[in-house]
Amino acid sequence: MLDPEEVYIPLDRWIQVGIEWVADHFRPLFRSIRWPVDELLNVINGTLEAIPPLLLIALFGGLALWLAGKRTALFTVVSMLFILLLGIWLETLTTLSLIATAIVVCVIIGIPLGILCARSDRAWGIIRPVLDVMQTTPSFVYLIPVVMLFGVGTVPGAVAVIVVAVPPLIRFTNIGIRGVNEELIEAGIAFGATDRQLLWEIQLPQALPTILGGLNQTVLLAMVMSVIVAMIGAEGLGLVVLQGLGRLDVGRAAVGGIGIVLMAIILDRLTQAVAERDPRAHSGKARIGAALSRLFGSGHRQAEGKLEASLDSKN
Amino acid sequence: MISQAKTDQTDRDISTVTDRIEIRDVYKIFGRRKEEALALVREGKGKSEILERTQAVVGVNNVSLSVPKGSISVIMGLSGSGKSTLARCVNRILEPDAGQILLDGEDYTKCSDARMREIRRRRISMVFQNFGLLPNQTVIDNVAFGLKLRKVPLAERHKKAGEMLETVGLSEWASHLPGELSGGMRQRVGLARALATEADVLIMDEAFSALDPLIRTEMQDELLRLQNTLHKTVLFITHDFQEALRLGTKIAVMADGAVIRDGTPQEIVIDPGHDYVAAFTRNVDRARLFDAASVMSESPADAQGGRFVLNDAGEVAGWQDPVTGAVSEGFLAVRPETTLIEIAGAAARRRGPIAVVDAEGKFRGRISDEALLAGIAGAKETMKGSRTDA
Ligand SMILES: Nc1ncnc2c1ncn2[C@@H]1O[C@H](COP(=O)(O)OP(=O)(O)OP(=O)(O)O)[C@@H](O)[C@H]1O
Ligand SMILES: [Mg+2]
Repeated sequence: MLDPEEVYIPLDRWIQVGIEWVADHFRPLFRSIRWPVDELLNVINGTLEAIPPLLLIALFGGLALWLAGKRTALFTVVSMLFILLLGIWLETLTTLSLIATAIVVCVIIGIPLGILCARSDRAWGIIRPVLDVMQTTPSFVYLIPVVMLFGVGTVPGAVAVIVVAVPPLIRFTNIGIRGVNEELIEAGIAFGATDRQLLWEIQLPQALPTILGGLNQTVLLAMVMSVIVAMIGAEGLGLVVLQGLGRLDVGRAAVGGIGIVLMAIILDRLTQAVAERDPRAHSGKARIGAALSRLFGSGHRQAEGKLEASLDSKN
Repeated sequence: MISQAKTDQTDRDISTVTDRIEIRDVYKIFGRRKEEALALVREGKGKSEILERTQAVVGVNNVSLSVPKGSISVIMGLSGSGKSTLARCVNRILEPDAGQILLDGEDYTKCSDARMREIRRRRISMVFQNFGLLPNQTVIDNVAFGLKLRKVPLAERHKKAGEMLETVGLSEWASHLPGELSGGMRQRVGLARALATEADVLIMDEAFSALDPLIRTEMQDELLRLQNTLHKTVLFITHDFQEALRLGTKIAVMADGAVIRDGTPQEIVIDPGHDYVAAFTRNVDRARLFDAASVMSESPADAQGGRFVLNDAGEVAGWQDPVTGAVSEGFLAVRPETTLIEIAGAAARRRGPIAVVDAEGKFRGRISDEALLAGIAGAKETMKGSRTDA
């Protein structure tokens, strides 16, 4: 009696109508969400494009050297040169700006939300199931509501990237802060820390490695999603692949694909290097110390400690 | 050897001792059905019955305790007896569910958050079992931690922290990270951090329990040494009775959240008053714990007719032999605070009557051989001191 071909509960229509209603009635809200993303994207993209390619490559190489060492630096420089020679430089910069924008917004949203979750079981009780759903939903499913609410193009693409990339950062921040050694928290309270001091002096510094681990995940998700959002008209390497496929131009698609893979590896290495840093090296000065000692080929912990100590004592 | 302070304490009139901290009728319950559990504890129901009926754990059960100024008060008890819970109620890391805690007469259990922070920043500090040091901060920054929370400028707090590091003998390690230090050194850092705020009350929760026996003894000596000059009010938590005896001017023994025995080490060893306490005191080395004052008799004469002859100034002129009547100088003089083991050692080298003489040289009492042996063996009748809670 129930015809398998028939639709009895038109959920798809309801959702469609629901989202249209939201889009109609909350247009100012979505416009105001769009605006900062748009601005940020333009600033970052404008800046990247203004820098001469070779200088930018050198800057990235330096960053990689500072964070992750010689090998990653070499890989970064060679890969980026290759990308430049492949003629997909501008597309790569667009993808990079998309990711950078998403990361900035994710950090601004994700870390405070993670802190909130760590401090309040009630907040975590509400946010956790939302994250569960978000993380199990295939990422291209987000494209439809994003298109309906924000339209098509690179900015809505960035919004979709943010939505997909933010959950791990919230999760890891929450876990990191909750996992801080109880005795350290007690020490903070026992010496008269305010809530804010507890957060800044103890919880965040101790949770930092975990939070950076979350950031690494966020970056990778942003990379993947920045390709997928080509489907809603976002520019960048994803669009190169998509257009290549559309025109059955396998060569062009493959070139885009190579660019994506290289950028993904570079970003992964860099963020992982940040996350896996020596736990001692969480102050800026210590980082410089560690990087300098790496630069001079001394991987010796002791030397690193000394250098850092001398830098610290100048403080 | 028993510290000087301890002997002073036994001699001092209790009414003149001022309490820095006073804990009054404090309860702490863990669990949801607090009120219900609290009512049951007050009816005198046991910890396990309450756990069964309300799923609530009794952490601290009606504890009243005074912590005298300038001395080390020890809380002793087996694992789970509620020592840490009580210690954490004292600086309100845990909120007591009932009762009052007074600091110099001020009940701060209901005070504002700001006032409590002020107390934690300036009056009560803490040393932790696993040191509680920030692993990514240098030793000197760890020591300066309390001052940083108080917003003391960097130069000033490093100066103070440097002084504290010198006090605990770790000046050269100032710019190292805690991870590069041994356990004993780390706890010295913990101690320096607690001292740096100049708080006069120190809570030390199993502060030496994570250390090797040798280092542990060293740290106990260090604490006693510091205490000699600093005269902090220390609340020291331990599950080790030997440690309690070495450090404590007063010892409170806890079981199932309640204080079941409270007194000076000597009083507790003489009369444990409780099987649970007796289990600890059984193996105590009395010869090291008790001193001349605890076994002497004030009379200069013994039962056989021998006696110490005193001059006008009250000093011992000599010993009069009961048989010959001759007065000789062949006697042994000890101080009231000399431990029985030292007396026994001296007596073994040189036999003769034992006189107890104070610092001014005045006669205070006489120790017979029987009293010395009884003191070492632990025969109750011959010993002074009595239960305070009888
Ligand atoms: N946060 C908590 N939640 C529930 N029960 C607790 C909590 N903290 C302590 N307890 C319970 O309170 C009782 C006293 O614990 P406490 O840690 O004070 O004991 P302790 O004497 O310090 O023992 P230890 O020597 O093992 O440190 C124990 O039964 C313990 O299970
Ligand atoms: Mg404990």
